[in-house]
Amino acid sequence: MTVSATPDTIEQELIDFLETRTKADWTPTRDLFGEGGLSSLFAMELVVHLEQRYGVAISGANLKLANFRTVKAMVELVVRLRDGA
Amino acid sequence: MTAAAREEAQPLVVVGAGVMGTGITTLALAHGVPVTLVDVDRAVLDRAEVTVAHSLRTAALLGATPPDTAPGPLTTTTSLSDALSGPAPVVVVEAVVEDPATKAAVLAQVSATVSAGTPIISNTSSIPIDELAASVTRPADLLGTHFMNPAYLITTVEVVPGPRTAADVVAAAKKFLGELRRTPIVVRDSPGFVTSRLLHPMINDAARLVQEGVASAEDVDALMRGCLGHPTGPLRTADLIGIDNLVDALDVLHRRVGDDRSRPCDLLLAKVRDGHHGRKSGRGFYDYEEAHP
Repeated sequence: MTVSATPDTIEQELIDFLETRTKADWTPTRDLFGEGGLSSLFAMELVVHLEQRYGVAISGANLKLANFRTVKAMVELVVRLRDGA
Repeated sequence: MTAAAREEAQPLVVVGAGVMGTGITTLALAHGVPVTLVDVDRAVLDRAEVTVAHSLRTAALLGATPPDTAPGPLTTTTSLSDALSGPAPVVVVEAVVEDPATKAAVLAQVSATVSAGTPIISNTSSIPIDELAASVTRPADLLGTHFMNPAYLITTVEVVPGPRTAADVVAAAKKFLGELRRTPIVVRDSPGFVTSRLLHPMINDAARLVQEGVASAEDVDALMRGCLGHPTGPLRTADLIGIDNLVDALDVLHRRVGDDRSRPCDLLLAKVRDGHHGRKSGRGFYDYEEAHP
């Protein structure tokens, strides 16, 4: 679990994770499920990964696809949840 | 649905805690319906409880749950008798393996226990309903469905009355599916119905192309997605169906229809032999981070 990672570190770690899992190149703003072509079912793997890696709990209104559509959106979600906002 | 209403609601009984049983359970729970899930294997039920909890989150994530509806309560048991001796079920869904003898044995026990007029649904991708009707006390109460996987995400359901199914039982089953926000499409009883009759030989052909070295699985799927608009590609679909289930269904089609395109190709048989059953086993045509029973 990496609870103290900076936003830049989280962003790079997520890009590395996606590139390992999908064998494709990613940028912070590339739409995973639109132009990226990933199955929306993969979004749940991202939920579990963020929870395990960054020690956040994702539920309720935060559990929506928009929060997982890009690396940038996921970084913002982790930072927001980690800071208790 | 309020908590009090959920307590009073008739449960859905689902027999078989495999991929389809857990998917149908998730769908009903997400709509506030109490579910009793039955399987002979306690370990399978324990895994199913984890899968259902995960799937309920997936359904919420993808916007597939109705607003302002708390999930229904889930009960699991290894005893079909116990499941059927509680409050009268609204519907019983049999979702055991795609084997006519196994399905017939479960349906016979269900039919001998539930009250007349309770819809008994066999969820099958290929087996003719009237063939299964030979095992039940009241063929009028039996009909088939073919939910697609994941059942909690795919909104259209193939519904298959047999020639002896009563019209009011079909109406009751369609009403229940409507309460689960599914769109039922009723088709005539026939091996493989419509969807499997079309889809399964196509997947078999796709696997045969990989077997013959014409293209990789990734490229077959990429061509089908990019050129023909298939949502996932046929071989990723095979992984989602479960390659063992796919082979069972192809066998049923081949025996009953005689179409040689339905004879499972060697590559599919090898994957079953090696335990590479698809997403649920962690490996099929593709590798998965974790198994999804």
